[in-house]
Amino acid sequence: MNRKYTLLIYTENHVGLLNRISIIFTRHKVNIESLNTSPSMEEGVHSFVITINTSLAQAEHLRKAIEKQVEVLKAFLYEEKQVIPMEVALFKISTEGLKSGNSLEKLIRESSARIITVEPEFLVIEKTGTQNDIQDFLAQLSDFDVREFIQSGRVIVTRPMGKLKDYLLDLERQEEK
Amino acid sequence: MEKVLGADAVLLSLIEEGQDTVFGYPGGTVIPLYDSLYGKRDKIHHILARHEQAAVHEAQAYAQVTGKPGVCIVTSGPGATNAITGIANANMDSVPLIVITGQVGSAFLGTDAFQETDVFGLSMPIAKWSAQITKAEDIAETMAKAFYIAVSGRPGVVVLEITKNALTSTTDFVYKKAPVIRSYVPYPEIPGEVIDKAAEMINAAEKPLILIGHGVLIARAEKAVKEFVEKSGIPFGTTLMGLSALPSDHPLNVGMLGMHGSYASNMLTNQADLIIAIGMRFSDRVTGKTSGYGTKAKILHIEIDKSEIGKIISADLSVHGDLKSALSYLTPRIEKKTYNRWRKEFDKFYQMELEQVIKKDTHSDLPLIQMGEAVDIVSRKTSGDAVVVTDVGQNQMVAARYYKFKHPNTFLTSGGLGTMGFGLPAAVGAAVAQKFMPETNKMKNFPVVLFTGDGGFQMNEQELGTIIQEKVPVKMVILNNSVLGMVRQWQNMFNGKRYSETDLINPDFVCLAKAYGIKAERVELREDLEPAIQQMLSFDGPYLLEIMVDKDMKVMPFIAPGSTVDEMKLVSND
Repeated sequence: MNRKYTLLIYTENHVGLLNRISIIFTRHKVNIESLNTSPSMEEGVHSFVITINTSLAQAEHLRKAIEKQVEVLKAFLYEEKQVIPMEVALFKISTEGLKSGNSLEKLIRESSARIITVEPEFLVIEKTGTQNDIQDFLAQLSDFDVREFIQSGRVIVTRPMGKLKDYLLDLERQEEK
Repeated sequence: MEKVLGADAVLLSLIEEGQDTVFGYPGGTVIPLYDSLYGKRDKIHHILARHEQAAVHEAQAYAQVTGKPGVCIVTSGPGATNAITGIANANMDSVPLIVITGQVGSAFLGTDAFQETDVFGLSMPIAKWSAQITKAEDIAETMAKAFYIAVSGRPGVVVLEITKNALTSTTDFVYKKAPVIRSYVPYPEIPGEVIDKAAEMINAAEKPLILIGHGVLIARAEKAVKEFVEKSGIPFGTTLMGLSALPSDHPLNVGMLGMHGSYASNMLTNQADLIIAIGMRFSDRVTGKTSGYGTKAKILHIEIDKSEIGKIISADLSVHGDLKSALSYLTPRIEKKTYNRWRKEFDKFYQMELEQVIKKDTHSDLPLIQMGEAVDIVSRKTSGDAVVVTDVGQNQMVAARYYKFKHPNTFLTSGGLGTMGFGLPAAVGAAVAQKFMPETNKMKNFPVVLFTGDGGFQMNEQELGTIIQEKVPVKMVILNNSVLGMVRQWQNMFNGKRYSETDLINPDFVCLAKAYGIKAERVELREDLEPAIQQMLSFDGPYLLEIMVDKDMKVMPFIAPGSTVDEMKLVSND
């Protein structure tokens, strides 16, 4: 059965690694739903957060194939209940026609979104939340003139209490042997 | 410290790694490398292939025979793209290679400069590791990393793309072998409790079967496997790539596994209650239909590549680690046993195959010569003291079935990728390996015998040029049926004998060999076959023997696509 899975991948920061990882998904005909890469809390270690919709067996196989890459330190696979996910979205809304009352302000307040800039022609709203929160918010904005909408990849923290540093130390210990 | 050119740094790195032979082909962007090589001819032999694909196959065979990684140098652009097939082939069969390709100067990268291709990007899905080097000072460190990655863990191909400016600028040269790579743990620890559980599983089994794969040869773990097999008393089969790991006539050997393997080992796979897979990856050619594979068996998978465990066949228990270590822990913990009744079950199937297939293939009374007759004669005359190389197709399967192997790594073939055109260059690479071997190596004077087809031979026949340039005494047996035999066999069995594009109009191979000054002979009659093979083997130098064989021969037994191992057909219906 297909489900949503999140892969959290820690890597060395090496040229071409994104390509190496992404071709593994291509090879297995699995579509990447979202992808986020960023530095991690350990210096020199990069992290990838990739969400996919697939079977557990396929997801686990992908995890192993990714972890096999020389510059990949560790790849973890999580089900939805094991992660606390967040995404961020930006909405550019035309200021024309906004004069009628304060319904937008109310919506922003109720949705825990915020206005990050106001220009003469448009304003920009930021909404942080789960994918569903963001989709709901977008739907609620249908009465307004949304000119641009963009959403980030997912970032997560995980419920298990492991620490990146511990995995790195373990790798170093094994390497020394 | 004295500065050296980047090109010198590449060759000094090779020397540091104990490499004395490279295969390759010069071209625009690697001229500096070849210039540096000119000054180091006393330390590094360069084998000039006639095509980059062939150069890579040659380096692969060299690696398999010597146990050292193979090294190959090709130019950018077409040189590199020609090498791609060789890279994919070696990587799929886990052979360690370093393929060094030229690249345009770093200032020209991405401009579609003359002979620029993105080798780094192209090689990613088919190599274990790839890197682009754009500065001379990065060469030594990256070369050291490349060698370490290529040979360790599950070996594979490393592709290094070096820009021209990196080769022509100067640098200090400091070489440190096997650098620590934090993210790369090639030899994982094997927990003691896993070994205990594995031993328990083995000791409790009543009808166990061992599967030996190429991993055993790659890990040079033949001795460890022999001890394990003999103490356990468990019958074993080998994959195509695992052939020669243990002698063909070993009393516990029940034959090759898979599509064209032996009747006994396949038919009884589904009777086993424990399958112990050692250094193999359950290729679809071995398993047949996976849902009907090993139906009564627990699976114990001993394998160094974690991503292979559970990929095709899920393991009840896996031992993830180096084979030599795993077996050295496991063998002392298993009971010394014999399984005489179980072993005898294989004999029943073997007798059927012997009567209905093997005798007919190797001692035929049909009017035309059968491929099996030629292989059988070569096998008897060399008594296992030969390096056998094949191309891909019927010639490959017949050689695998009827040559009796005695020594490890004496069978070279293209397994995973199934690359037609592999045979001739691989035979050249094996013969080059022998040429530079010390006299103490028993393989030094083994004849290198190539079994190839008329189709596959023509895919890299230009390597006859390399043979005469290197003066290597390759014995080439072309099993000529004037068709693409294996495809034709499938067309015969599954496509209503609609022989679409499988007939070949061939050149006169004897004349072709003679054009290169290579001695050659053609055989059409059965009574001439044995003397002709004897003459080929006794001749001092390269020799081409063209044997006209029956195009209607089918390689049997056969697990048809979509069938399970125990649905193997012993003989063809017509």
